[in-house]
Amino acid sequence: MPAQRTDSGPAPDYAGPGAADEAGPAARPPRPVRDGIGLGLAVGVSGLAFGAAAVGSGLTVWQACALSILAFTGASQFALAGVIASGGSLLAGTAGAILLGSRNALYGLRLAEVLRPRGLGRLPAAVGIVDETTAITLAQPDPVTARTAFIATSWCLYLTWNAATLGGALGAGRLGSPQAFGIDVVGPAAFLALIWPRLASGHTERLVALGGAALALMTTPVLPVGVPVILAATAALAGALTAPAVAEPGAEGAAGTGGDFTGGRR
Amino acid sequence: MTGTWIAVLATAAGCYALKLAGLTVPHRILANRRVRRFAELVPVALLAALSAVQTVTTGQALAFDAARLAGLGAAVVALALRAPFLVVIVAAAVTAAVLRAAGIS
Repeated sequence: MPAQRTDSGPAPDYAGPGAADEAGPAARPPRPVRDGIGLGLAVGVSGLAFGAAAVGSGLTVWQACALSILAFTGASQFALAGVIASGGSLLAGTAGAILLGSRNALYGLRLAEVLRPRGLGRLPAAVGIVDETTAITLAQPDPVTARTAFIATSWCLYLTWNAATLGGALGAGRLGSPQAFGIDVVGPAAFLALIWPRLASGHTERLVALGGAALALMTTPVLPVGVPVILAATAALAGALTAPAVAEPGAEGAAGTGGDFTGGRR
Repeated sequence: MTGTWIAVLATAAGCYALKLAGLTVPHRILANRRVRRFAELVPVALLAALSAVQTVTTGQALAFDAARLAGLGAAVVALALRAPFLVVIVAAAVTAAVLRAAGIS
């Protein structure tokens, strides 16, 4: 964000670089590295919330960090921590977390067309595939810029998310009782924030969310902890079968998903 | 504790494998419109379910904890006001913490 110049007079309608920012990407070509680092820093900080929630759920600091280093996909990480917190079946928790990560496969599919990674180059590239990196990469005008944006965003987000996870985990570990600090509400609030943009985007999304939540709550008394959440996926299946997307999701498909780490909020 | 480590590593392996699959699997398998739509909707259903379950249940029983409900309510208000992610989280946690400190739970 360019600093407001102070030597240009006290004009309240100063039309400096800030005005160009508001005009949006159409008015000015995006700068992939600057944008990527900005997004990575802004989004990665929410790793603090994950670190705190994970330790509050009973994971050790190292388990929280291992998830951020190896899984590196916010929604799945929060989900596993949540099931562990409620004393649920580890198998169900793992299955739910992996199911949540399934959309990253579709992002990989789209990104492969743009980034064209070859051979072993796919191994490091795969780590960086999440909502945010996909959205910023597919928003670039050409493959070269897209590759630069992907690399810059991936690295910055990865490093920030992991440092923030460690910070949040260590911080939460120092708190006596996580409940006294409201850490048990961090997970539910984070989940809601992650899907909020999707709920605003369509009728089907709202029905699927309501259906999933209702199904999970109704089956909670009769099924092992963690399983009702997986069962909620049938609401997504029903939604996909009865109301297919009107338009082919392109770049906006990834952007519209909100964010893996923050629901698209910065 | 070993079980938790296995869950952590299995989750990590599964999530990474899915990312890698997208880069390597032939296009037509994942390009099906309904498959795409399902993958878009899965997070909506699962995250809504997780949020609901973690807010109003404890173990296998429905449990209405006033502080927790108020915390989620604060998150909803913050979201409606378009607050940034971390502000939403902090608003939820602080609301629950303040109510508990006041003896409400």
